[in-house]
Order: sequence, then structure tokens, then C-alpha cells
Amino acid sequence: MPSDIFRAGSTARSSETGVLDRCEAVPKLIGNAQDFLIIAGLAGTAKDVAHLCEPHANYYACAGVMGGATAMGLGLALAQPTRRVLVMTGDGELLMNVGSLATVAIMHPPNLSIVCVDNGHYGETGYQKSHTSLGVDLAAIAAGAGIPTVRTVTQEADIAEAAALIRHPDGPAFVLLKVKLTDPPKIRRSMDAAWSKHRFRDALLGMR
Amino acid sequence: MADVPMWPDEIYRILRDWDVTQFSYVPDAGHAVLINRSLEDPEVHSVALTTEEEGVAMLAGAHLGGARGVALMQSSGVGNCVNMFSFVKNGQFPMLILVSMRGDFGEGNPWQMPMGQAIQPILETCGFICMRVDQPAEVAATLQAACTTVYQAGQAVAVLLTQRLIGAKAF
Repeated sequence: MPSDIFRAGSTARSSETGVLDRCEAVPKLIGNAQDFLIIAGLAGTAKDVAHLCEPHANYYACAGVMGGATAMGLGLALAQPTRRVLVMTGDGELLMNVGSLATVAIMHPPNLSIVCVDNGHYGETGYQKSHTSLGVDLAAIAAGAGIPTVRTVTQEADIAEAAALIRHPDGPAFVLLKVKLTDPPKIRRSMDAAWSKHRFRDALLGMR
Repeated sequence: MADVPMWPDEIYRILRDWDVTQFSYVPDAGHAVLINRSLEDPEVHSVALTTEEEGVAMLAGAHLGGARGVALMQSSGVGNCVNMFSFVKNGQFPMLILVSMRGDFGEGNPWQMPMGQAIQPILETCGFICMRVDQPAEVAATLQAACTTVYQAGQAVAVLLTQRLIGAKAF
């Protein structure tokens, strides 16, 4: 019989579930979404971002490639040094490739910010607990990776400062937005990755 | 003492002629010259990754931003990328990856064999055109063809730098 020490969630550490509603907190944190080029990871954050940005084409939202959003944002930020790039990811998406925080940290792109909407659960697959419900602190991991500006937002009063930080033009920033277990906005969006690519590039670069 | 091969420098020159500005890699002996050239070049971004799949996602992000990139990886690293290759068939993103082969001609490490033997069918299943290079004299022409196919025709190409070209690692 396995010892308790090997059982997930058996340790003394656990994180409080957030109190903020993502449908209110995300728009307040991001403000005018047109200030950014946005990469959204799959599932909830893709809906948060689509709801925030439509009908504009300044975002690219994934519905797969789990774990890829942060590295996509890095490639975009290096390609577009005069634009502010924002990665919107979730705790599950980021946990699949936390190493990308280390890659962002060593590249130190001044125009990249990352917001992780952390509800502590895999919402898309039925709200199973993620590691962040069991004590894992993605903000501490981001700070440990060497991202110079890291904040955790747990309440309304924290939002204004974090909103300024993700727009700060000097160095990558990481904001962990702790939210409660409420659904993301309901929105129909294109799942066609090629169409979304052309739409984004046409808006940013013109036809080429 | 063997002559220092010139083909890695040819690869670098061709990639720069095609305005490739993002070089991503997990450190690798087979790509050492290319990696070092990118580190020395102030005109490009040289990006060390923690896993090769980050490089595939970076290529997609670079393309969204109008920049050209290349992902350098060892054959074992291809296995780390498979889900990220969804960008190819679903998104029709142009992609160039250069693979330094292990687990093929003359391999002595059995742990390298499974991926070395599996990656071409995996890459082709995921939508990549594979171009194998065995001889130094074929390198430049193959790279030119690959860049044309990726950056003009918008396809995904994997150039496989085989152990006939690189030499098998001695143990």
C-alpha cells in the first residue's frame, strides 16, 4: 500500500481557491485589449480573450497545442519588438510547459507579459483539480525562473497595480490571477487555426 | 585529424540569406556550429529552450509576427514536439526544423534507436516534408530547397542531417 506521502494533495500545502470572477477580473486587468497583441492558450483563457477582443483581430487563440502559448508569445514578442505582447494562459496550460517560463526569463523580452488565469482546475475537462489547487505556486515558479516582475492577484484591490505592470515597457512580467470556479464567457469563436492565422497576420502585417 | 567540415557554416549563411532571425534549440553537439554562429550574430535571436516543443510553438508565434525562424533539434527531440506539430496540418504554418540524427547509420547507443528510426514516419504523418542529407556536397542545395519550400511555398520541412553526414558519436 502506498504511503500517504506519495498521494497527490496529501501534503500540508494547499492553496485557497480564488474569490475573483474571471469574467469581471480579466477585463479589468487587461483594460483596452487593443493595446496588445495577444496569444491565448486553449480552453477558458481562449474564451476570455475572444470575448475581450472580438471583433478585432489582435489575438490568436489556441484550441490545442497545450503548453505552447508562452513560447508562441515569445516568438511573437521577438518578431514584434515595438508591440506589447500578452500571453493569456491558464494553470493547466502553463503547467504542461513550465519550462517556457525559464526560456522567457533568459531571453528577457522587454515587451512580453504573461497572465495566468488560475482557477486551480482543468475546467475544460470537467473541473478536475490541477496542481495549483494542491499547493503549487506558479508565481513562485515564474520568480524562481528569473522573471523580474511577478505579482499574484487575489482580490479586486490588487488589479490596478498588476494592470500597470503588464503594460510596463521594461522586462517581462508575470501575473497570476487567482479566480474562483466560474465558467469563462460564453462565446462562439473560430476553431480554424489557419483562418485565425491569416486574420491575425492580415491585421498586423497586411496581406503578404 | 579530420578536416573541420564547412557545411554547418553553409547552412548558417543560407538561413541568414533567407532572413531567418530566430534560432531555437536545445544544446546539441550536432548543431554546435550553427548554435554558436547564432549566439555570435547580433542580428538574430538565439534561444535556448528547455524542450524542443517550445521551439515549434515559437516558430508559430514568429510567423504570426512576420519573422522567420528555425528550430534545431536532435532526433530524440522530435518526439517531444508531436502535439505542437498540430500547427502544421491544422494551421498550415510554414516551419523549418533541422534535425541532427541519432539512432541511424552507425549508432552505438541503443537508447537513440527508437526515435532515430521512428522520426521520419512521425514527421511525415504530422505533415512535414522530410529531406535527408547524407553528403557534405548536398547540404547547401538541400537547405536552399528547404528554405524555398518553407518560406515561399509555406510548407513544413524537416531537414534530416544524418549520421553519414555528421558522423556517429563514438562511445
